[in-house]
Amino acid sequence: MRPIRTVFQKEVRDNFRDRRTLLSALLMGPLFGPILFAFVINMSLKQSLGEADEPLDVPVIGQEHAPNLMQYLKSHNINIAEAPADRAAALEAVKNGEHDLVIVIPEAFGEELAGAIPATIVVISDLANTQAERESRRAMRALRSYNQEIAAMRLFARGVSPVILRPLNIDVVDVSTPSGRSALLLGMLSYFFLFAALTGGMNLAIDATAGERERGSLEPLLCLPVTRDHLIFGKIFAACLFMALSLSLSLISFHVVLKFLPLEKLGMTPNFGLLVVAKGFLLLLPFTLLGASLMTLVASFTKSFKEAQTWVSIVLLAPTLPILIASILMVRPSTELMFIPSLSQHLLLVGLIKNEPINMLHVLVSVSGTLLAGGILTLVCARLYRREGLLG
Amino acid sequence: MISVKGLHKYFGEVKAVDGISFDAQDGRITGLLGPNGAGKSTTLRVLYTVLKPDSGSATIDGVDVVGQDLDARRRIGTLPHAAGLYPHLTARENIAYYAALYGMPPERAETRVEQLITELDLVDFADRRTKGFSQGQRTKVALARALVHEPQNVILDEPSNGLDVMATRSLRDSIRQLKAAGKCILFSSHVMQEVGHLCDEIVIIAEGKVAIHDSADGIRRQTGCDDLEDAFVKAITSIDTGS
Repeated sequence: MRPIRTVFQKEVRDNFRDRRTLLSALLMGPLFGPILFAFVINMSLKQSLGEADEPLDVPVIGQEHAPNLMQYLKSHNINIAEAPADRAAALEAVKNGEHDLVIVIPEAFGEELAGAIPATIVVISDLANTQAERESRRAMRALRSYNQEIAAMRLFARGVSPVILRPLNIDVVDVSTPSGRSALLLGMLSYFFLFAALTGGMNLAIDATAGERERGSLEPLLCLPVTRDHLIFGKIFAACLFMALSLSLSLISFHVVLKFLPLEKLGMTPNFGLLVVAKGFLLLLPFTLLGASLMTLVASFTKSFKEAQTWVSIVLLAPTLPILIASILMVRPSTELMFIPSLSQHLLLVGLIKNEPINMLHVLVSVSGTLLAGGILTLVCARLYRREGLLG
Repeated sequence: MISVKGLHKYFGEVKAVDGISFDAQDGRITGLLGPNGAGKSTTLRVLYTVLKPDSGSATIDGVDVVGQDLDARRRIGTLPHAAGLYPHLTARENIAYYAALYGMPPERAETRVEQLITELDLVDFADRRTKGFSQGQRTKVALARALVHEPQNVILDEPSNGLDVMATRSLRDSIRQLKAAGKCILFSSHVMQEVGHLCDEIVIIAEGKVAIHDSADGIRRQTGCDDLEDAFVKAITSIDTGS
């Protein structure tokens, strides 16, 4: 056991002096996630909050045919803007993106309205353009409510209650808690954490084979009276330590970043206090052994540090796969799913953020399943380390 | 003492080592001499146990390199062809890391590292990180690292490669000191003069076989050439032509 400790201590000291490792383990991994997240949240905040507050400018052709409607739109925070000369010009303007939408009111509008014939209004818009889609949806909503108001007035005039137009009263009761809503968005967090953990151990995992070989320090190392198993174990454990470090830093940096994000405005109250940070750390920790051994395994097949980096970068994406599939299928946590590494961590973390009670059986299966997979891969690495061809 | 008997090592179709036998005695410097690709490095790699022979055997102080490889490794100090250091560690830390892996108790390791730093003249750069060391400095540190557990047998694979004159001289001095201390030294080289200068015994290898095993004078006598280089060429061509 002593050689494992010796190798472990040397790797830790060595890598704490390595700027490349420090940069990726202590800076890149932990900060990449939070910064990207803050950016995305801010963008969606701006979009969803801006929508209701900002007045919408809508060019209308033939405004003079519907003065009441114009008045109505203005009272609904929609400004009537200067419009293109005619319908053809409007089509062109929307097509090339000059306007998001143009409303055309035909000359016959007032006449038709007065005669109780359905009065035609044309809305020209490009629905493939998401920005335009949102704006035209807002304009449509205003037009529809104007439509309903007139209908109600006509019914009143004929002595009929407008209530008969509402045979159903649909009442949607939203049971999602504010933390639950945030879980939707915060669900992608688990990948950031796994990513950060993997980045933290990447250089060490590569160094165990490709790095040592390239530096020429592998052969003298193998001449020592130490079994190769002990060498590789020491190296994998050192990688685990850096992964754990990177993981804890990324959890803490998220905790800090979330404090500065106005998530309440999105109807979310993230449950990401220090206790959740600590629990999340413990739930994700078993993943480090699996990640470290997987990266070591992949790197051991490569010829150089550069080549190893390329392949190991692909490993960085591997944990997304189960998470992505699970998000598409919208799976609920179950005991069987807890056997799948990365997915089980993701589901447990999401539950934690949603402030749901922790299912101890799930935790047990996730922890032991992931550790088992990591243990098996570590043994595979050891077996590969015993090959004669290791020296290349 | 290092003893090699009928060693064979193949890489696919290539017979890298094809029946090599020789002994390297304590208190003597034995040189493996041969052109590139003759099988010198492969032989040494089998001896320091990173390769397994296909047939034949080799022992270090009577310890089999295949069956008891851990024990055999404990008895050798090795300076392989590629003897890279850890650039973020100082020279002293590089040596101490190996001392720890040899299982030396910390106090003894510390004294021994200090002793080697003085003996091999590493004092000036012992506490600098090895990144940016010259080839000479690096070889010295690697040699110190190989000797840290005071092995009875020392194997060096082309140790003077890439060294300048002064560094080569100091390496030779170190090797002579090891001989004076009664160690068994086995090293490979393709440089004639070096082997002629230093070795008590020369084993000339070509195409995976031993062409001649004798002292420098003995080789001159056997081949009838006064010049060692001519003798070398004659010895290896006799293998090529099969005579």
